[in-house]
Amino acid sequence: MADSVADSVAEPAVGRRSPAAAFAARFEAASAGGSLRLAEIPFLAQINLRVDPKSPAAERIGTAIGVPLPVEPGTTAGGGDLEVLWLGPDEWLVVGPDGAARDLVERIEEAAAGEHVSVVDVSAQRTTLVVGGERARDVLAHGCALDLHPRAFGPGRCAQTMLARAAVVLVAGEDGFRLLVRSSFAAYVAEWLLDASVEYVAGG
Amino acid sequence: MLLIPCPWCGPRDEAEFHYGGQAHVAYPEDPAALSDEEWARYLFFRDNPKGLFAERWSHTAGCRRWFNAVRDTATNEIHAVYRTGEPRPVIA
Repeated sequence: MADSVADSVAEPAVGRRSPAAAFAARFEAASAGGSLRLAEIPFLAQINLRVDPKSPAAERIGTAIGVPLPVEPGTTAGGGDLEVLWLGPDEWLVVGPDGAARDLVERIEEAAAGEHVSVVDVSAQRTTLVVGGERARDVLAHGCALDLHPRAFGPGRCAQTMLARAAVVLVAGEDGFRLLVRSSFAAYVAEWLLDASVEYVAGG
Repeated sequence: MLLIPCPWCGPRDEAEFHYGGQAHVAYPEDPAALSDEEWARYLFFRDNPKGLFAERWSHTAGCRRWFNAVRDTATNEIHAVYRTGEPRPVIA
């Protein structure tokens, strides 16, 4: 019986549609010039985790997911398949591949072993937009007050901030930025990105 | 626009914050024992100095933590920020 439950969960829901799906073609067109890359990474698993960073549970959770929780404000840990973003002094966002949410929640809860923690699957709350290429910083600078220079905000840094008055989680990577945007704000932010990138897109 | 240094996230735009009024207003030890006037004084009466003022701010668009700041109400200069629970720093 357990198998049948797991099967039904692993199977993607029919007709599933990501919040910025309608922008795929326009993102592709804006990326054609090569100096800018816009795209959506849909359906990433996101787990909001709150736990006292000094508790044994925090350490056990780090071991269980294979990535120690970063305690330095505004930093990320891990990379590749699983990344942990610092959201607050006792709050993290665990980002994993599509479909991994249930397994992650189970592993974290098991590692917490009844200690005072909060583990919530928030995968549907946000979608991920990629802003890459050599013009990525210029585009984001149109609506973000943070210093995005690699010296201040290089790979391994993340921040919750405002982009064009929309709340986003901004993550710096080797190949550009990822924006974790609320699903209901995804269309607005996508439109804003396309508008802000006009001057950097060939023929625009 | 003020640039407010969040004790966790560093300097951020004022638009990312919410204001929380005067800091270090202690909840009465025994609220039931207060007269209506004393209770009203606790609820509604706040200092309104010209100069240094310890006040609460919340970094709502960032780490969502409350913290305290000492701001000069005449110049808007922020002299110090400190985390909740920490004592108000002495500013010369």
